[in-house]
Amino acid sequence: MNFNIPFMNYRRYATIASLVLLILSIGSLGFKGLNLGLDFSGGTLIEVSYEEAADLIEIRDLMTNNGFDDFQVVNFGSNSDVLIKVADENGNSQLGDVIYKFLQDANPLTELKRIEFVGPQIGTELRDQGGLGMLVALGMILLYVAFRFQYKFALGAVAALAHDVIIIFGLFSLFSWDFDLTVLAALLAVIGYSLNDTIVVSDRIRENFRGERGFEPHEIVNRSINQTLSRTLITSLTTLLVLLALFFFGGDMIKGFSQALIIGVLIGTYSSIYVVANMLLGMSLTQDDLAIPEPEGAEFDDMP
Amino acid sequence: MVLSIGVIYSLPNLYPAKPAIQIAYTDSGKSADQILLNQVKDILEDQSTGVESVGLKDNNIIAKFNSFDDQLAGKAALQKILLDEAIIALNLEPSTPQWLRNIGAGPLKLGLDLSGGVHFLLEVDIDSALDNRLESLLNEYRKKFRDDRINVESSRKDNKDLIFSFPSDEDYNKALKIFSEDNITPLGTPLFDLRPSSVRNLVELAYSQSAIKEIRDYAVGQNLMTLRNRVNELGVSEPIVQRQGSSRIVVQLPGVQDTTAAKKIIGKTANLEFRLEAASTTSRLRKEEFDWQDERMGSAFLEKNIIVAGERVTNASSGFDESGFAQVNITLDMQGGRAMQKATNGNIGRRLGVLFVEQKNKSVLAKDADGNDVIEQTSYIEKEIISLATVQAVLGTAFRITGVGSPQEASELALLLRAGALAAPMKFVEERTVGPSLGKENIELGVRSIIIGLLSVIAFMLFYYRWFGFAANIALFANVILITGFMSLLGATLTLPGIAGIVLTIGMAVDANVLIFSRIREELKEGKDAQTAIQEGFARAFVTIIDANVTTLIASIVLYAIGTGPIKGFAITLSIGILTSMFTAILGTRAIVNLMYGNKNIEELRV
Repeated sequence: MNFNIPFMNYRRYATIASLVLLILSIGSLGFKGLNLGLDFSGGTLIEVSYEEAADLIEIRDLMTNNGFDDFQVVNFGSNSDVLIKVADENGNSQLGDVIYKFLQDANPLTELKRIEFVGPQIGTELRDQGGLGMLVALGMILLYVAFRFQYKFALGAVAALAHDVIIIFGLFSLFSWDFDLTVLAALLAVIGYSLNDTIVVSDRIRENFRGERGFEPHEIVNRSINQTLSRTLITSLTTLLVLLALFFFGGDMIKGFSQALIIGVLIGTYSSIYVVANMLLGMSLTQDDLAIPEPEGAEFDDMP
Repeated sequence: MVLSIGVIYSLPNLYPAKPAIQIAYTDSGKSADQILLNQVKDILEDQSTGVESVGLKDNNIIAKFNSFDDQLAGKAALQKILLDEAIIALNLEPSTPQWLRNIGAGPLKLGLDLSGGVHFLLEVDIDSALDNRLESLLNEYRKKFRDDRINVESSRKDNKDLIFSFPSDEDYNKALKIFSEDNITPLGTPLFDLRPSSVRNLVELAYSQSAIKEIRDYAVGQNLMTLRNRVNELGVSEPIVQRQGSSRIVVQLPGVQDTTAAKKIIGKTANLEFRLEAASTTSRLRKEEFDWQDERMGSAFLEKNIIVAGERVTNASSGFDESGFAQVNITLDMQGGRAMQKATNGNIGRRLGVLFVEQKNKSVLAKDADGNDVIEQTSYIEKEIISLATVQAVLGTAFRITGVGSPQEASELALLLRAGALAAPMKFVEERTVGPSLGKENIELGVRSIIIGLLSVIAFMLFYYRWFGFAANIALFANVILITGFMSLLGATLTLPGIAGIVLTIGMAVDANVLIFSRIREELKEGKDAQTAIQEGFARAFVTIIDANVTTLIASIVLYAIGTGPIKGFAITLSIGILTSMFTAILGTRAIVNLMYGNKNIEELRV
């Protein structure tokens, strides 16, 4: 496949689209916040399964009768599986057992699938640790890219990553999807994935800037994007294929994970085309920036 | 070469785990022997259960069965006869062939989300351990100042400080001298920070950072040991009891289904009671007879009145007395010290007994309403004498028991005294229970999504790249084998997010190949001949592949550092996947492409 799409002619629209998405995301995060999963919010979660379709109303009544007021009862996966979440500020680790006991008393065929209890301080810690981890990962990547390429590329790459991550955060907030540890893991994987894309594109931009003189920067950028486009699309496609397999067949415990990654791959593909290139052109990358012949390409050339 | 190692080490995963029963003596000091082995063999053969083999392994007896039904029948049969003599735990034994085991190959370890089981995170309450220590330190000094005739105006504990004030400079200076003499730990670091105050003749004293660390380590270490003993009692195969961070303890019990019972045992406190020995004249109503823990010693009568219980013991250690005999030093908290003082005052020359109190479970064979045999669990409290020593003086917060036998017996006694009560209270801060059905379901779903993902990628690559796609697919297969092989080799734990990591790797692994192929395409377009194009394509894509993968590797290492349990599993598979996919894409595909096109004069190359 040969592409010759004048990507850079649309860069203004892309900038506007990105900005709108970012503002929406940040707005939603600010006003609505994230629907934090158990890992971060703390509390108790219990999943049980019944022989036949579960009567949620009856379970809710049971919960109320047993003195619970701040809880959710929902179907999980199938209509015979029930997930009960109890918010508990005091960190009482016995709740899960108590609830399972009276559910079983009401219906002896109740099967326990899992109980999770996360104390309030663990939730806070995981939250802090997760946030810190994201920043550390971004920082280290910034350094690596700056070292291997040039600081303008590094800024472009990190801007693209921040763009992806903020939009995923925003979507999770907007649609009130559960944000738990596996989603955080997915986010870090998105960072890795999106970066992969970004680097391939940047690598080509660098190569073309060095190789050919007398072209406008935006022409070179455009050509680089077109040259790498078929690879970008194919990789995104194969990754999406496996993620869809995971989403539809992997079970409910990692739905959030595959969901975050699917969005991440889509946005990551877009951002590696537009955000990085836009940033580079915005910072007016010139041939002089890359003029000093760096030896890194050469030393690998004769290796298999 | 690398691939064949990968194949060998991933082989054990093809042999299914066999249902098994693990049998060990309830008494943890006794390791399983030939006698128990024969007994188990006889029982199982009598019941004609489908037992496959019975053998000794690391102090345990392992009986393997043909089916899960046989396993349950076998357990019931064993329990009926052995009752409480042995701990009987259901287990899964890998059926890895001997030749594979000899080279250290074994199947992947499954995380709790796949095997089912319980995960607890307990937090040791260091503050209360510290408070206890400060209380007893305060009392020690009060007593010492009284003995040394130093006048104290006031002494109190304020948050984490002890504050002493003295009526005169003389008393103040004497006290300071005592403080500074004491101010050294066995390790040579300062025990506390002395802070003279601007107020005249007032001094503040707080534990130094190093002392606090020592107290914390002691408390956590102590609780860790107690927990290990309790977990052993549960008879779980391959439990994990580990310290995490400065003051937390992780307990993982794979396969445990009754979490309430597990929690009860983990959270229970064995206890101690200090009681005076009953005099021969003591009325029957006021004394009780107890057995010695050491059966050879018989029994003794103690008073019914409990002077002090175990939660008042803040420390116990073994040491030597002036003449070189072993002794046990005991420290009580303030309240305990006061009670001990009252009780021993006027009772010098009588003997003081220490009782070890433990809650135990007993299994009894009974008949239910239908006349079937059922095993009933009843819990009871057992109290045994662990020491009986003559009171030489009025005792306070700190005293010692001499005449305890050999140094080893002394240290065992100290251990029992410490294990009696936990060094510091603990609470559950995290708990995850995964039922066995969910674990099985997770494995099935995980494997299914791996297969579907793999097949769809393979189909796409074949369709899009034809022969080159074929080469990439072989590399992809090799990659999956290498990941499983390496994970088995490293003893890494496979979790559900870990499976997701493998799936993700499958999707991303072709990237390197795609990069190479599109490079080759471009080279061809520039008019180079097929061989050169292949050569150049591989070489030029190499740098890009390295750069792209190193950054992903950075992200997954960070993930490993911040993640817990299942997330760590994801980070591990992702990291291993990145490394193996780089290897298979660069070297593997190259080799296959060379095989297909090497040294041939190709007129037309379709990529």
